[in-house]
Amino acid sequence: MTFAQSHLLGIEPLSPPEITTILDLADQYVDLNRRDVKHSDALAGLTQINMFFENSTRTQASFEIAGKRLGADVMNMAMQASSIKKGETLIDTAMTLNAMHPDLLVVRHPHSGAVDLLSQKVNCAVLNAGDGRHEHPTQALLDALTIRRAKGRLHRLNIAICGDIAHSRVARSNILLLGKMENRIRLIGPPTLMPSGIADFGVEVYDDMEEGLRDVDVVMMLRLQRERMDGGFIPSEREYYFRYGLDAEKLAFAKEDAIVMHPGPMNRGVEIDGEIADDINRSVIQEQVEMGVAVRMAAMDLLARNLRAKPREVLA
Amino acid sequence: MTTTLFTNARLIDPEAGTDAPGWLLIEGGAIKATGAGEAPKADATVDCGGKCLAPGIVDIGVKVCEPGERHKESYRSAGLAAAAGGVTTMVTRPDTLPSIDSPETLEFVGRRANAAGPVNVRPMAALTKGREGREMTEIGFLMDAGAVAFTDCDNVISNTKVFQRALTYARGLGALVIAHPQEPGLSAGAAATSGKFASLRGIPAVSPMAERMGIDRDIALLEMTGARYHADQITTARALPALERAKRNGLDITAGTSIHHLTLNELDVADYRTFFKVKPPLRSEEDRQAVVEALRTGLIDTLSSMHTPQDEESKRLPFEEAASGAVALETLLPAAMRLYHAGDLDMPTLFRAMALNPAKRLGLPGGRLAEGAPADLVLFDPDKPFVMDRATLRSKSKNTPFDGQRMQGRVLATYVGGAQVYEAE
Repeated sequence: MTFAQSHLLGIEPLSPPEITTILDLADQYVDLNRRDVKHSDALAGLTQINMFFENSTRTQASFEIAGKRLGADVMNMAMQASSIKKGETLIDTAMTLNAMHPDLLVVRHPHSGAVDLLSQKVNCAVLNAGDGRHEHPTQALLDALTIRRAKGRLHRLNIAICGDIAHSRVARSNILLLGKMENRIRLIGPPTLMPSGIADFGVEVYDDMEEGLRDVDVVMMLRLQRERMDGGFIPSEREYYFRYGLDAEKLAFAKEDAIVMHPGPMNRGVEIDGEIADDINRSVIQEQVEMGVAVRMAAMDLLARNLRAKPREVLA
Repeated sequence: MTTTLFTNARLIDPEAGTDAPGWLLIEGGAIKATGAGEAPKADATVDCGGKCLAPGIVDIGVKVCEPGERHKESYRSAGLAAAAGGVTTMVTRPDTLPSIDSPETLEFVGRRANAAGPVNVRPMAALTKGREGREMTEIGFLMDAGAVAFTDCDNVISNTKVFQRALTYARGLGALVIAHPQEPGLSAGAAATSGKFASLRGIPAVSPMAERMGIDRDIALLEMTGARYHADQITTARALPALERAKRNGLDITAGTSIHHLTLNELDVADYRTFFKVKPPLRSEEDRQAVVEALRTGLIDTLSSMHTPQDEESKRLPFEEAASGAVALETLLPAAMRLYHAGDLDMPTLFRAMALNPAKRLGLPGGRLAEGAPADLVLFDPDKPFVMDRATLRSKSKNTPFDGQRMQGRVLATYVGGAQVYEAE
């Protein structure tokens, strides 16, 4: 087994064997989660704190269930409502929490790099649950597991990622992961929603969706992050839906057995047609949610093993 | 008057463009003569041991955090840092709290500076009140009180009409206006230069084109007004042709750049290292090389530290939230030596940009080794290697991007008006 990380801050530092290790273990947890008694003691005695500096229902619930099924003591902190409002800095918050001896810290933060910064100040394992527009590693891992189970492999696939690439940490983590596993990646979206320097990412860029979807194995839709818009990236929702919303007509350009993915929450009628989202033959959106719990269990399990194997350094 | 002779020196004369062995004689705080071969007699002699003797650095754009944030940097700590870095004249910025925008605050600065510092201090004043870009300051009174230039620092005056009037009024008085060329709408909220690196890190970024748009607008205003203008930092290749054209067309324009943009690039930010967050943000390697070349040819006139002290609290934050700026009074010369050792720039070129040109542009007497010039000198060993340890910095703030890096070149002694203000241990 290969997994040498002490934190899960992003996909970038992971090697392909490490990614495979997480996915293999997650497969086992999928089986566990489908049993009547969904419990293991992998994290028994450990304390997991979920710190969400940004709103999240799904990811936080997924991490909470993952921790509880593995026997950890899980605590949720809604950071928006707490000391940050009172002017405490991120580092001070981290030091305060660190003094309570957590073992796993799950952190989401609106600024890129904030989770990385926090990980330098604590002596437990830190999991990035999304930082700004940088990375969201567990989302990319759960997407990878979903693809691997649906397609039987995670290499040499044509994968299209569509929508608001510029503001999406999900897109970045997926580009990194799917690239490491040697897939062909296409990015589809209006030029205003493409990050700069995209030509150097080793991806193909399309602004025409039908052309971009031609013969792909996987269609990955992104949420149009309206809350991130400074205004003026697209003219209107209806024009966006007409040109970039996934409907049956556009999907017909993809391979016949292409799967449709979405990290949720969906804007039906903005980036995806409701019928496609609910089509059990094409859409794997519900599986993604299921895989999310398993992947997070696997990641926390592996980090906890490394945590126990090493003497914990004492931070001054 | 007593005389002092510096013998056995490697004289760096930016005016003559020479770098040669020789001696230098000072009398009563001023340079009396230089030469090679047989040295005259003097009351005292300093043996330079073959090391470099150059005019002291005239650093345009030093931030001293008085008034307002003395815990970050005071005139005393900045003065000590300057002396240790071979900076004999600090041209200070008005972006303090409150801004230096009235003769009264300028007088306060003058008093503090003279009481505390071992080196010369020449203050700049704000161009608009509160650096808010709405009403111009009392440029005439401020000049009488000693302001050598007018600048709103990194606040771009986005109302072009306000800027046009300020430039016109300044021209009437012969005042030098220093501006930050940047399109403010495009660069709002940016913490990095757009490109693959910023996109991968997810840092909000600005296109390097914003600098060219800024300089293009300012050049058009110079054609309208005929004002004396200096761009504080030109950091991108795309801005250079416009600058070149403006100079060729005879506009009264000069430009500077910062040591960080000459020696670092955007990749140095690595894992969100906030000590590398400066304004404008670090650029691509292609831009860095273009700016080095522009400094070599003289298209870019001046090289500054853009010394900007920030305390730990304002830097130990997520990259987007962290404050911009780096301290550099003490690292300017060793960092500049990187360009010398790399073979990019020779010594006279470096001191033309760090001493001669800034002094000329501001109408100050220093920056040269000519007879009658003030004996503001720096004696340094360009080869001496060391590892930068930020804890040793004399600045109150220790936010240097060079922490832990190998550097080459150390100041041995600094003289202001003939008096020694620093000697290395």
